[in-house]
Amino acid sequence: MKSVILNTVSKTLLPLLILFSVFVLLRGHYLPGGGFIGGLIAAVAFILHAFANGLTETRKLLRIHPGFLIPVGLLLAVISALAPILVTGEPLMTGLWHDKDIAILGKIGSALFFDTGVYLVVIGVCLTIIFTISESV
Amino acid sequence: MEILLAIMTGVLYAAGIYLILRRSLVKLIIGIVILGNGVNLLIFLMGGLVKERPPLIPEDGKMLEGVFADPVPQALILTAIVISFGLQSFAIVLIKRAYKVLKTDDIDTLNKTDDIT
Amino acid sequence: MTLFLYVILAPFLFAILLFGIGQQNFKRITLLASILPIALFGYFLSLTPTVINGDVLTSFTEWVPSLGINLDFRLDNLALLFSLLITGVGSIVFLYTSQYLKGHPKLLRFYIFLTVFMGAMIGLVTSNNILTLFIFWELTSISSFFLISFNNTEASSRKSAIIALTITGLGGLALLAFAVLAGELTGTYSIAEMLQSPEVFANNAYTSYLILFLFLAAFTKSAQFPFHFWLPGAMKAPTPVSTYLHSATMVKAGIYLLLRFTPHFNGNESFFIILLFVGGFTMLYAAINTLFKTDLKGILAYSTIGALGIIVFLIGIGTAASITAAIVFIVVHALYKASLFLVTGTIDHQAGTRDITKLGGLRKALLPLAIAGFIAALSSGGFPPTIGFIGKDLIYESTLNASINPTLLTTIAVITNIFMVFAGLIVGVKPFSGSKPESLGAIKKPHFILWLMPMLLAALSLIFGLFPQWVEVLFTHQITPLLTSVESPHLAIWHGFNLILLLSAITIISGIIIYFFWKPNHRKEQQIKRIEYLSPRSISLQFAQLFHNTSYFLTRVFQNGYLRRYIMIILVLLTLVFGIHIFINPRIFLSLKDIKALNWNEVVILFMMLISILFTVFTKSRLTAIAGMGVLGYTMCFIFVFYGAPDLAMTQFSIDTLTVILFVLVVYRLPKYLKLSNPTNRIRDGIIATSFGTFLAFTIIEIMNETPVKSTTAFYAENAYLLAKGKNVVNVILVDFRGFDTMIEVSVLSIAAIGVFALLKLHLKKHEK
Repeated sequence: MKSVILNTVSKTLLPLLILFSVFVLLRGHYLPGGGFIGGLIAAVAFILHAFANGLTETRKLLRIHPGFLIPVGLLLAVISALAPILVTGEPLMTGLWHDKDIAILGKIGSALFFDTGVYLVVIGVCLTIIFTISESV
Repeated sequence: MEILLAIMTGVLYAAGIYLILRRSLVKLIIGIVILGNGVNLLIFLMGGLVKERPPLIPEDGKMLEGVFADPVPQALILTAIVISFGLQSFAIVLIKRAYKVLKTDDIDTLNKTDDIT
Repeated sequence: MTLFLYVILAPFLFAILLFGIGQQNFKRITLLASILPIALFGYFLSLTPTVINGDVLTSFTEWVPSLGINLDFRLDNLALLFSLLITGVGSIVFLYTSQYLKGHPKLLRFYIFLTVFMGAMIGLVTSNNILTLFIFWELTSISSFFLISFNNTEASSRKSAIIALTITGLGGLALLAFAVLAGELTGTYSIAEMLQSPEVFANNAYTSYLILFLFLAAFTKSAQFPFHFWLPGAMKAPTPVSTYLHSATMVKAGIYLLLRFTPHFNGNESFFIILLFVGGFTMLYAAINTLFKTDLKGILAYSTIGALGIIVFLIGIGTAASITAAIVFIVVHALYKASLFLVTGTIDHQAGTRDITKLGGLRKALLPLAIAGFIAALSSGGFPPTIGFIGKDLIYESTLNASINPTLLTTIAVITNIFMVFAGLIVGVKPFSGSKPESLGAIKKPHFILWLMPMLLAALSLIFGLFPQWVEVLFTHQITPLLTSVESPHLAIWHGFNLILLLSAITIISGIIIYFFWKPNHRKEQQIKRIEYLSPRSISLQFAQLFHNTSYFLTRVFQNGYLRRYIMIILVLLTLVFGIHIFINPRIFLSLKDIKALNWNEVVILFMMLISILFTVFTKSRLTAIAGMGVLGYTMCFIFVFYGAPDLAMTQFSIDTLTVILFVLVVYRLPKYLKLSNPTNRIRDGIIATSFGTFLAFTIIEIMNETPVKSTTAFYAENAYLLAKGKNVVNVILVDFRGFDTMIEVSVLSIAAIGVFALLKLHLKKHEK
């Protein structure tokens, strides 16, 4: 798809959408949003960029293969699930929370890291699937 | 509206099943997608319909009070939607691959290994 | 005492050790494998002085206490008797096999199974916990299966093994039922403690079930009519296995079970009557069958069934004397039958045949073996001064003193014993007597182990006959609580002239007459086979065949490889079974009020949904179908927005976009829709789909009429902030309350991505296609 308008817009949209996806991820505990939705938005952003500028451009921008995000995300999720066992000796997946509120984010806890893991996995999965398919067409 | 949506769920199921019963692989996948939508709607209906009251705890509150949409089916459906994407993408690639190897879109020609003699 | 526990576990550890040695190394040290049974035999022998005086050896270790399963072992004199038999005959068999199967490529495997079997058997007789008894029981069935099918390249061996496993496995299930029922009724799984609730076994609403299950287990294992037929088939196993499992020990497990539980059922009349009937019938049936067999092992198989029948029959008489007779007869039978089996094995090994019509005159080549066979045959026939004579005396003594119909019982016992005399002579004497048929060829002298082992057993029959007090020691303390009231029996060869002696003489003389005048041959064997179709064996096999055919037919009908057919069957059945109720009795109230309450935007959404569905289903263009599918997804999105599910709306929106992209990418390269179905099919499918949709819609409306249970929701609504410090309850459920599910979900997603990647990026090499 060679369209000048889409081309230009997508370059501006990409950082905005990524920022938005991170925002959606972080506020997910308090308002609609979360890891799944944030991840999907980020994936859509990259795919939009790929449509406008070609897959190779997007790959260059990403630097790493999107598949690498999957193990990183899974690891993050597993660590935050195991954290209570290792840190305080409580059962698996017990929420651990920092006492004080942090500006914008609200409370920070293991659930946020878990959600971030989900976020990374979702981006990785969606991009891997779509990229693989469009490459092999 | 509940009753109309219940009927609509029935329509989604019927459409999905009809497509699944066709011999074309592509129709099979589209049928599965539609059936998936039907299932999501079914679960959603089972939680009861509540207009414009998402399950968010108000800023000054400590818990959900009064009338609110049921969060449990929502969590289930959210999971289902995301998983169905994984399922669909895998299935569609499988079809692509099957077509490449077997040069056919007809499900009936894919059952050779199931034959017992 | 921990040593006791280790002794019971030793065979299993030893089997693992053997496994580690490896086939090649094992060939050189085969004889060393006999160390274990000999050592165990020594151990049990050393315990004899303490145990026979009534000191019970116990060992208790908790295993699964919540289910009542514990490693609870108990060695009383009944268990000691069996343990001595198991390890004693085991030692002989282990030694014998080292020569009998010398150089066999699967020798190691044979020894491993044999060792496991011995361990299971010792565990079985020493278990005080009925559930571990069940485990060991099944273990003996399984090791028996592997040993029968040892020559697994032969179809007949495999078939016999499967029949044996099916029958004994069925009995195993019955034993489990018995164990659980008895355990639940008495509140304990300890066999000894169960004795403290006699009312459960004597007269209870469940007593008949207890008896049924116990008998099913015991009769299948101990080959009682009509479950006897697996035992002749089991003779496909190598002769040491037949000796050990299918004559001396495993088949006695059922007898052991009966003896163990006889005290529990003391006073329950039907328990003993059934035993008397089944045992009596089995012994007669088997004894007559020995006349028509030409294979030595076939004769021995039926005479084993007969002997087992005698033991069951004796337990059934239910007096102290008859139980004593049963226990003595277990020893008698184990000694002479194992000896005869080993004699047969050596004949087979040297002469290459077990066909009685082809054997004769072997005494010149195999003189020591002939002596062993002769003594064993004497004991089998109950000739003095062997222990067999004492055993037979005890049998007649207990039948003559039985409380019901002693004349009939004695007659049955005499007839059976006459055939036993015949069977012993035909196996132990016939092959060695007369002149050698030309067809046999030169007979090589066997390795000394091949005649020494049967000789040892036969010699024991003689020695115990001469010194019966060595068997008598078993009874110095009550062997089962049944014998409490009776003073210990006195075993002796000579009791003076009496009716019993007369019966013994009649038995022996009749047996010898039959031996001289009845020559088994193949014609007689064929004649008896004509009524084979009436036998329990062929009836069971026909039943199995029927089962097989039915399942084959059903598989052909239902698993025909057409996806559509599977789905159709499921849907039609669901609609018919559940739908009828709803169609007959609809509770649907669609009033005008509902229609009036609709907003314009709801109407628009429903309308869009309907249009997009129709487009997707009926279009001839793939792209239109995909577009319709996409629009459908977006309308779902609107529904989520309207009804308070913003998270869902956002997710659905992104996923729908991705799905459409995906489909366009792939489907564009796939072929156009083919016109594959005819109008009839389409109408049929349409009817099925519509009726299922209608059924579902009705069901949903039915369900919505009920008041929903919201306790789960209430929990999340209350605790989302208090426990998980989040205010978006949906997200809190996903990442906190049900976080584990989410973790699995992302794993599944990852697998899907890997699958897609693998399907498209990995290409088969030419030779792999």
